Amino acid sequence: MAILNEFEYNYLKKSLNREPNELEQNIINAEWSEHCSYKSSKIHIRTLPTDGDRVIKGPGFDAGVLDVGDGYVITVHIESHNHPSAVEPYGGAATGVGGVLRDILSMGTRPIAVLNALRFGDIDSNKNIPLSKKNQWLLKNVVKGIADYGNCMGVPTVGGEVEFDSSFDNYCLVDVASIGHGKLNNLVKNKVKKGDIIILAGNSTGKDGINGASFASSNLDEENRSAVQIPDPFLEKILQECTLEAIEKKCVNAMKDLGGGGLSCCLSETADNLKKGFEIELSNIHLKQKDMDDSEIMISESQERMLLITSNKKKTKLFSLFEKYGIKYSVIGKVNNDKNVLIKKNGQVLATMPAKLIAHAPLLDRPSKQPNYLYNINKLFREPKIPKNFSSLIFSMISNPNICSKKWIYQQFDHEVGIRTVLKPGFSDSSVLKLDNGKFITFKLDGNSKHCYLDPYEGTLGCIAESVRNTVCVGATPIGIVDHLQFGNPENEQIFWTFLESIRAIKDFCTFMKIPVVGGKVSLYNETKSGGIKPSPVIGALGLIGNKSLVRSPIFEADERIFIMGMTYDELGGSEYYEYYHKAIGGIVPKVNLGNHKKIVESVKTMVKTNLVSAIHDCSKGGLIISLLEISIQSNLGFVVDIGKIPTSCTRLDYALFSESHGRFIFSTKNPEKAKAFLMQRKIPFADIGVVTNDKKCSLKFDDKTIVDLQLSEIIKRYDSSLLAILEKKAP
Amino acid sequence: MVKIGITVFPGSNCDRDVYNIFKAKLNCNISYIEDKNKIKNFDAIIIPGGFTYGDRLRAGAIAAHSPLMDKIKEMAENEVPILGICNGFQILVESGLLPGALIHNKNLKFICRWIDVIVTNNETPFTNLYERYQKISIPIAHGEGQYVIDKQTYTEVKNNNQIIMKYDERDNPNGSIDNIAAICNLKGNVMGMMPHPERASDDDLTPYGFSTNAIYVFKSLIKYVNRF
Repeated sequence: MAILNEFEYNYLKKSLNREPNELEQNIINAEWSEHCSYKSSKIHIRTLPTDGDRVIKGPGFDAGVLDVGDGYVITVHIESHNHPSAVEPYGGAATGVGGVLRDILSMGTRPIAVLNALRFGDIDSNKNIPLSKKNQWLLKNVVKGIADYGNCMGVPTVGGEVEFDSSFDNYCLVDVASIGHGKLNNLVKNKVKKGDIIILAGNSTGKDGINGASFASSNLDEENRSAVQIPDPFLEKILQECTLEAIEKKCVNAMKDLGGGGLSCCLSETADNLKKGFEIELSNIHLKQKDMDDSEIMISESQERMLLITSNKKKTKLFSLFEKYGIKYSVIGKVNNDKNVLIKKNGQVLATMPAKLIAHAPLLDRPSKQPNYLYNINKLFREPKIPKNFSSLIFSMISNPNICSKKWIYQQFDHEVGIRTVLKPGFSDSSVLKLDNGKFITFKLDGNSKHCYLDPYEGTLGCIAESVRNTVCVGATPIGIVDHLQFGNPENEQIFWTFLESIRAIKDFCTFMKIPVVGGKVSLYNETKSGGIKPSPVIGALGLIGNKSLVRSPIFEADERIFIMGMTYDELGGSEYYEYYHKAIGGIVPKVNLGNHKKIVESVKTMVKTNLVSAIHDCSKGGLIISLLEISIQSNLGFVVDIGKIPTSCTRLDYALFSESHGRFIFSTKNPEKAKAFLMQRKIPFADIGVVTNDKKCSLKFDDKTIVDLQLSEIIKRYDSSLLAILEKKAP
Repeated sequence: MVKIGITVFPGSNCDRDVYNIFKAKLNCNISYIEDKNKIKNFDAIIIPGGFTYGDRLRAGAIAAHSPLMDKIKEMAENEVPILGICNGFQILVESGLLPGALIHNKNLKFICRWIDVIVTNNETPFTNLYERYQKISIPIAHGEGQYVIDKQTYTEVKNNNQIIMKYDERDNPNGSIDNIAAICNLKGNVMGMMPHPERASDDDLTPYGFSTNAIYVFKSLIKYVNRF
């Protein structure tokens, strides 16, 4: 098994005042892995703003908890399963879903939605077909893994985000997020007393997922397949129903799911949080294999397991529920007051360490240095030429896997189960779900590795800004952020610099906009033999909508005027236009002006409330032309737009169309005069750029000359079929 | 008041959805049936969707051989209306209450999307409030929904008017024979359908371009029970 490094070994020895034995070292090794301990990141992520009126529990728990009024809460969490998915995409992705659902369950809430953010290498390269096929294999199996788990659980997968970039070749990032919903007074109290009993329920503990957390805390070794866990969504579904009934019947005093680090992590963190000691008897644990040694039992990451603590008084009721649902369980120990985790087998003490010591690895303050690649890229960068034929340019861009419809993916996910899904995947900027108190919740994940690579600070600001804009587009007020920070090896100071820039951006944005960070996750060591991934923070924004009349969709009606608000700049660095069409890497990344962003977001909210906007859509990947086309596709209506009217400082026509500048929205209105007056009064740059037409043609004019005139049906054909054509292409 | 029983097998996952729609939109007395002892004098039974027993062996195969299904078979004999939705349909074919079989979708993938189905027989307990050939907007969500049947039985089923709903022939999502989306037994009191009416019974959930009319499947059932 893995061995602690010298510094950690000495730290442990000094804290214990004796030599740690092998089992103790293995327990520590699992819990002090980067994956469980956040030892490289903790001192930095602590700086993020986490307070807010609605926040009941912020980061540091299995899931963040937000008050949504009327005695109800929303819980939220994001996780990744990058390393396992890269070697075994089906099982890796499936168990990723299982893990995040148990986090939601641990708080005492029912999961009501799953979302995912996925990153793969190039799936459509003509140069390296075997590599493209490998990337496609990863994509297909990740999607199937997520689908099979979520669908079986009966939790709808309501949204997601996919990015293709050759920096992920042979690898993938699989982020899954979930939201839960429940009653405030059903939240697990997590209060225990001496003598309470500790129960391990669900799956038997086996040799699957041994050392998974340590595996995820170093660079990828593809041979290490035994570190990947095995999914069983049916068992998790029964465990979920059983646990929720146990909570409803008030027979749970404390609860935590088992994830990375297995029992070692779960027991030490729970004991530390509760400020109690646990006395555990290993021989009581139900096992898959008889020949497991003590360390294997302590660090196994077998899935679908929950730790529950109950009192002697309530245990009979709890056991009868396990029997009703057919859930295996073991009474594995009891709570005491000494704050130690004591592991015994057949009465004989095997390990004893303070819970606090196990749960808190010595933290690191790693050095950082601005990476050299940033200078080199800018030195090499040359501006591409303007293409002559704008029609074929637009057709090419709408077929880009990063822009085209992701129907091939989301139709494999049951996104309707639970009868809450009001705005569905592939339709609006962000999916919307109905809550039990008559309000609506929206949740959107956004990432942009291309922007973050060229400028980790501005790129990360952009991801948060975009996720917030997306929630505002459907009529919501943002109430919380979750972040998932995915980077390469933190021991590389240049990589670590990009990580710190990303955190600085989240801190600046959330402080300025007064949106709390309610949860997050850090995934480091995302590297393969060919090098590190691009910095890939993924941001999730949660928004609350007070009532149905505020929900907005990107649906035009004929004869409505089309407006754009916000300025378009020559900000093409990391854009789909540069990278996909011109294969050009470099240039200026779109910048977020926090003051302007706040003003424009507040204005959109007011305009939704006062009915000044009908359809609204934000401008992001692919620029304003793609935004216009997306609304057109959804509404099945055409438009005539005058590009000359767009508020811009762009030096080129193609830049104006494809720039990914932030803080812009396309909207249609039935009240153009009122909308103009409002935007003028707010001093927001805007223009009335055209009209929605009935004739199903998309026309762009410039100086009274028609420069593009495309049949909507041709656009839809390419938008809808591009991904399918790539993925279902038969071998020649 | 009409008494509806909703089966809950391990792994059922649309039981709460059916329950909630009945509770919010239809004035009925509804209860869950977790095992054979919970069977009472129900006026109708709904077997909702999900992944009973994790789809092990085949979708619906294990639930079909449970003691609860033995009771439901007895009720089917006694002409109690029984509606199987999605996995419920799979259980009904596996238990032999309905002819044919449901195999993997033609594209071998799970498919979730809204489609239109056409009511081809409106003289059943489940469709009596529809016009013949009326279109219903409704989502599907299944991996094993391709309806197959041998030639001889198909001819019988067709001649007996047991084909209740069909997919639009231009948009058959799973490759079902003759675009079949719902069939019933010879007596007409047991129907299985792949699409989910409970997901298309609330205006808030109906996407742009579709209408909310699948709730008439349940309203038809209530009308049928109240027919005397």
